[in-house]
Amino acid sequence: MLHGPAAKLENDNAASKKAKLGIVLFFFYLIIYAGFVFIGLACPELMGVHALGKQNLAIVYGFGLIILAIVMGFIYNALCTRMENKMNTKK
Amino acid sequence: MIYDVSVFAILIFILFVILVLGLSFYFARKTKSASGYYAAGGNIHWGVNGIAFAGDYLSAASFLGICGMIAFSGYDGFLYSIGYLAGWVVALFIVAEPLKRLGKFTFADALDSRFNSKAIKLTASISTLIVSLFYLIPQMVGAGDLIVPLLGFPHWVGVIIVGSVVILIVATAGMTSTTYVQFIKGGLLIIFSTILTIYILKNGFTLNPGKDYHKFTKMDVKLSDGKISSLQDSTYLVIKDTIIDKKFHFVKLAKNNVERWFKLNTKDTITQLDEMLSIVVLSDGKKLYNGEPKIARKFYQVGHATSLVVNGVKVDSTGALGPFEFITVIENSQVMRFAKKTFEDNGEKVTVWYQNPTAGKDIVKPGLLYKLTSKTGATLWDKLNFLSLMLALFLGTSALPHILIRYYTVPSQRAARKSTIVAIAAIGFFYILTLYMGLGSMLNGVLDVESSNMSGPLLAKYFGIGLFSIISAIAFATILGTVSGLIVASSGAIAHDFMDKYLNLKMKDKMKVKAGRYAAFGVGIFAIILGILFKGQNVSFLVGLAFAVAASANLPAILFLLFWKKTTAKGIAWSVVTGITSSILIILMSPSMFEMYGYAKKDAWIALDNPGIISIPLAVIALIVVSLLSQKDNSSKIEVHQINHDK
Repeated sequence: MLHGPAAKLENDNAASKKAKLGIVLFFFYLIIYAGFVFIGLACPELMGVHALGKQNLAIVYGFGLIILAIVMGFIYNALCTRMENKMNTKK
Repeated sequence: MIYDVSVFAILIFILFVILVLGLSFYFARKTKSASGYYAAGGNIHWGVNGIAFAGDYLSAASFLGICGMIAFSGYDGFLYSIGYLAGWVVALFIVAEPLKRLGKFTFADALDSRFNSKAIKLTASISTLIVSLFYLIPQMVGAGDLIVPLLGFPHWVGVIIVGSVVILIVATAGMTSTTYVQFIKGGLLIIFSTILTIYILKNGFTLNPGKDYHKFTKMDVKLSDGKISSLQDSTYLVIKDTIIDKKFHFVKLAKNNVERWFKLNTKDTITQLDEMLSIVVLSDGKKLYNGEPKIARKFYQVGHATSLVVNGVKVDSTGALGPFEFITVIENSQVMRFAKKTFEDNGEKVTVWYQNPTAGKDIVKPGLLYKLTSKTGATLWDKLNFLSLMLALFLGTSALPHILIRYYTVPSQRAARKSTIVAIAAIGFFYILTLYMGLGSMLNGVLDVESSNMSGPLLAKYFGIGLFSIISAIAFATILGTVSGLIVASSGAIAHDFMDKYLNLKMKDKMKVKAGRYAAFGVGIFAIILGILFKGQNVSFLVGLAFAVAASANLPAILFLLFWKKTTAKGIAWSVVTGITSSILIILMSPSMFEMYGYAKKDAWIALDNPGIISIPLAVIALIVVSLLSQKDNSSKIEVHQINHDK
C-alpha cells in the first residue's frame, strides 16, 4: 500500500534540478560551518582575534553563519521559483 | 531562590492558557478526519506554517536553555544557537521538498514510501516515540522551572499543569490547533524577545545592578600552618576550616548563630575570605540556603561586572549601548561569575557557588564550558565532545519528527520550501537575540544559580513585572506549543504507524483519530513523570541529546533513502535501530548521566556527553552494510517517479 500526501500534489518537472541546486548550496554551507568547527578545535585562540572592526572572529563567524543561512534561503527560493515557473508551465 | 508571586503575572498567564484552550476547542469542532487531526488537512498557508515552524523549534531549549547557558557560560551557550540554526540548512536544501513528496502524515510514511516494509513501520514509529520523549523531557523540566517564580508552586506542579493542558489541547484538536498555537506563540516570542533586547541595550551596564543587589562579604585573614589564625572581623567565629583539594580551601564561619561558607583566596601577599552562596542538606533532609531556611530570603540572585571599560576608560555605568558596542564593552570588562562545587561536611551535603572573576574576552569566545585549549587542560575527549555537539546540532533538526510532520500541513512542495525559509529567517533573528538576552542576564544581577533556565525571564523581571509576566506567559505558551507538537508526532507514531500500519488493524478514519487521542493521553502522562524526574538539568543540554538521538536514528535513513539507490528496507530499519541504541547507550554511560546517578563525572564509562560523533557514523555503516547484503529485496522497491504517477 502506498502512502499519498495529505494534500494532492501536482507533478513537478523541476524537482531534480532543484534537488541538485539544494545539494550544491548545502555543501557550500557545510564547508563554511566545518571551518567554524575546525577553528574551534584546531586553533581556538584564533576565535579571540579581532576580525571585523572591534569584533572578534567568534562573534563575526557566529553571526555570519546565522545571517548566511537566511540569505542563502532567500537565494535558493528565488532560483527554485524561477525553475518551477519555467519548467512547470502547462502547454 | 525565593520569588515574589505577582497577581498581574498570574492573570496574564491564565489569559494565555484560556486563549490557547479556546483556540483548541474551536478547531476541535472542525477536526473530524485523520488528515485533519494529523496534518491539519494539508491546508495551512506557508507563512503561518513558517512561523509555526519557528514556534515548534523555539522551544524551552531555545528561550530558557540557551539564554541560561549564555548567562552562565558565555559564548559556549551561543554555539547552540549557531548549530540549531545551521541545522535548518539541511532541512531546506536536502529534506523539505522530497519529504513533502514522499509522506502523508508521519515521518514513517516517508521512510516507508518505496518499500511497504513492516520493519520500517515498526522501527520508525519507535524512533519517533523515543526522539519525541527525549525532546519532551526538557520541555517539561522548563515548564516546572517557570511555574516556580510565576505562580509560586513547586516544580512538579508546573510539570503537571503543562502536561494536563497539553493533553487537553492535543486530545481535542490535533495538528490544526497545534499549528495556530505555535503561530501565535512563535510570533509573540520573537516580538517580545526583541523588546527585551531593546531594554537591555538601552539600560547598558552598571557596576551595581540594583539597590537590592547583595554585597558579598570580603575580609582579610591571617594564616598559621595553612589554617586560619585570626579574622579581620572579630564578630565572626571560625567553625570549620577545610581544605577540599589544592584549588579549594573552604571555611565555615558563624555570626549571630548563622553559619555560612567562605572561600580562602590568596593573591600576592594578601589572603582573603570571600563569601559564597551555599545550600546545605542537613542529615534530617532539611535544606539551609546560606545558613538559613529558604523563607529567610538569604539566597541571592547574582552576576555583575567587576570592572567596566568603555573606549579604554574605566566607568561605573555605560549608559545605552549599540548592539556591537554591547559586545565590545563586555570583551574589555571583567565579570563576576559563580562556579559550583559540591562536597561533604560531617554527613551533610554542601553545594557552594564561589565567586569566579572572568575576563570579558573569555566570555565572548568559546572555551568556558567546552575546554578547547591546552591552557585550560583540554583533552582529546573535550575536543570530541565539542565536535560531537556541533555535528548533532547540524544534523539533528531535519530528523526531528515533530518538525518533519509540519511539512505535511501545507498544500505543496513550493509551500513547504517557502515555509522553511520563513522559519529560518524568524529563528535566525531570534537566535541573534539570545546572545544579548544571555549576556544581559549575566551582568545584571538576576541569575538564580539553582536554575540557569530562569535567566531570561528573571532578566525581564529586572526591567519590570509587566514585561516579566508577558515573557513568562509566552515562555509557558512556548512549552505548551512544543509539547503539543511532540505529542501529536508521538500519537501519530502509535496510532497511525504502529496500530494502523504495522499491526494492520484496518481502523476507520474516526477510529484513527480516537486512537491518536488515547495515545496522546498516554504519552502526556509519561512526559509528566519524566519532567519531574529530570528536574534541575539545563534544558538546552537535554535538547542537545534529543538532537543527537534524532540525527543518529533518523537522518542517515532519510538521506540514504533520497540519494542512494541501493538502500533497502532492511538497511533503513537496521540503521534506525543502530542509531537509537548506540546513542542512548552512550548517553546512559556519559559523565552528565553519572552525575545524575550520584557518582563523580570522572567515573563515567565514556568521557563523551554528546553521542553523535560515534552513533551517527555507526548508523550510516549499519545502513550501507545491511543494504548491500540485502540487495535482492530491492526488486519490489517502488521508484519515486512511480509514486508520483500513482497519485
